[in-house]
Amino acid sequence: MIKLFSVKEKQKKEAAAANGLSKAVKQSAGELRLQKDISELNLGKGVSLTFPEGKDKLLTFEITIRPDEGTYKSGAFTFSFNISTSYPHDAPKVKCKTKVYHPNIDLEGNVCLNILREDWKPVLSINSVIYGLQFLFLDPNPEDPLNKEAAEMLQSNPRQFEHSVQMAIMRGSSIGTSYFPPCRG
Amino acid sequence: MDEDERWRDLDMLLMRPGNITGPGFDPGPECRECLRDQVHVLCVGAGGLGCELLKDLALSGFGQIDVIDMDTIDVSNLNRQFLFRMKDVGKPKAEVAAERVMARVAGVAVTPHFCRIEDKPLDFYEQFHVIILGLDSLEARRFMNQVACSFLEFDAEGKPDLASVKPVVDGGTEGFKGHARVILPGVTPCFDCTLWLFPPQTKFPLCTLAETPRSPAHCIEYAHLIQWYAERPGEAFDADTEEHLRWVFEKAAARAAHYGIQGVTWQLTGGVVKNIIPAIASTNAIIAAACTLEALKLVTMCSSGLNNYLMYVGTEGVYTHTVAYERDAACPMCSAGVPFRVRPSDTLQQVLDALVADKALGAKLSAPSVSYGAENLYMRGPLEEATRSNLARAIGELVDGDGSVVQVNDRGLAAPLRVKLCFVDSMER
Ligand SMILES: [Zn+2]
Repeated sequence: MIKLFSVKEKQKKEAAAANGLSKAVKQSAGELRLQKDISELNLGKGVSLTFPEGKDKLLTFEITIRPDEGTYKSGAFTFSFNISTSYPHDAPKVKCKTKVYHPNIDLEGNVCLNILREDWKPVLSINSVIYGLQFLFLDPNPEDPLNKEAAEMLQSNPRQFEHSVQMAIMRGSSIGTSYFPPCRG
Repeated sequence: MDEDERWRDLDMLLMRPGNITGPGFDPGPECRECLRDQVHVLCVGAGGLGCELLKDLALSGFGQIDVIDMDTIDVSNLNRQFLFRMKDVGKPKAEVAAERVMARVAGVAVTPHFCRIEDKPLDFYEQFHVIILGLDSLEARRFMNQVACSFLEFDAEGKPDLASVKPVVDGGTEGFKGHARVILPGVTPCFDCTLWLFPPQTKFPLCTLAETPRSPAHCIEYAHLIQWYAERPGEAFDADTEEHLRWVFEKAAARAAHYGIQGVTWQLTGGVVKNIIPAIASTNAIIAAACTLEALKLVTMCSSGLNNYLMYVGTEGVYTHTVAYERDAACPMCSAGVPFRVRPSDTLQQVLDALVADKALGAKLSAPSVSYGAENLYMRGPLEEATRSNLARAIGELVDGDGSVVQVNDRGLAAPLRVKLCFVDSMER
């Protein structure tokens, strides 16, 4: 076995020189999996995706959701996705870049979505996360709030809540102690 | 002590034939000389496991050792990282470890590399006959796995070319538990073949952290994940900066006091934020010993090696168990890639059509996308427009040459399919 090492090494160097293949470190398995996710994405109506660093840098991207019904109708909400090389072992890191009055999104853009944290599983995909985010706008959940004020208003006065959200989307408005700029999409 | 006397125990293994030796074992004095002069081993990590590994390797006759680690010595390391002393605090682990081992074990050459593993080129890793890992993160292990797998080549029948197999021995410990495994890329499963072995980290729901904290860890995670970004916007949190950790600790303690929660300590803060599991010196010693023996077996074949995963559980009694895990035939890192004949002049569109029309492959493919390394040659979905122009280009221009492996994705496939492009003359195919 020991002798084999030196002999082998020589053969290998010759072989590598012969076929002239460039020896770059391969893609990480996380990036390979992401290629699969992205190539199979089926973005429904009202969702768009951009890669700010170009088509070959998939680890960071942004999606914009434009709900066409419900409380958040007519708004455009952008989320940044940061994928680590340990994807899909680790969930994507998602932040909401649009300031929004929502029980499950706080003013810093943290998003409370179970599949982004405690319920993430490697079988889930970017598509699952996008569905999850779309669902948050159709069915905001006041039970597990990240923005408590928004959750309380949604529970105590759903009509006022909807009105406030729509005002903010269309013209921008202050709700409680914070100002929400318009985000009409 | 003369050399023969010094290595008497090692010679018991290397000088005599036996019934359980590995294939090609050739007993004799050359074994020990070769171990000392020719075999080049890399130890990745100079922490708890790394210190043990370096000591074991040197005392087992390995004469050419390199060690790589990006960390500097912290006071909290001193209880188990026995190569370090109080006066070494703040110095690079790799450098101090190398110096200490050379001072204690005559004749061994230890070369330190004080840097990140990602900073070294592939050529650096290629020079080693065995790579032995004493790491504590999945991410670093996966990187090293990727490095080892990138040397792997297959012959025309899809069998691994043994000359290209870069053996990796991996050790890991978590409190009283540990594992040692032997990875021969292409022969035994690699990390990505058995990724499910690593359980996901516990993650608390953000809303629990924000609204209903119940434990000290909840308070620490709130300060770390939410308060930091709210109160120090635009500043990246770095768990290795003491001031950052101190800030999180103080915020968490205040929050815990507010909710009447006990137990936020400085130590727990570091533990939660860095996801640290208490390290036990004896577990490190046991796992490092197992790993060093496997490295010795791999390079000398004085015994057939571990096949391929040893688990050790010391929580109740002392339990070990060996499992022969199996490779994942579709592993994105170590599988051969299905050979597929193309003419270099074929356009990418023609290659895709041929893939879909292929008797064997076509059954699972309907709308394939193709990437070559990081380069997305043709992608369905949101990148279709950006990649469409490649369809008209010749495949010979898009990849490096004969034998290039591309990844094919399709909804009909559970995982990316590796396809090895075999170039043929224009008349063949
Ligand atoms: Zn594998």
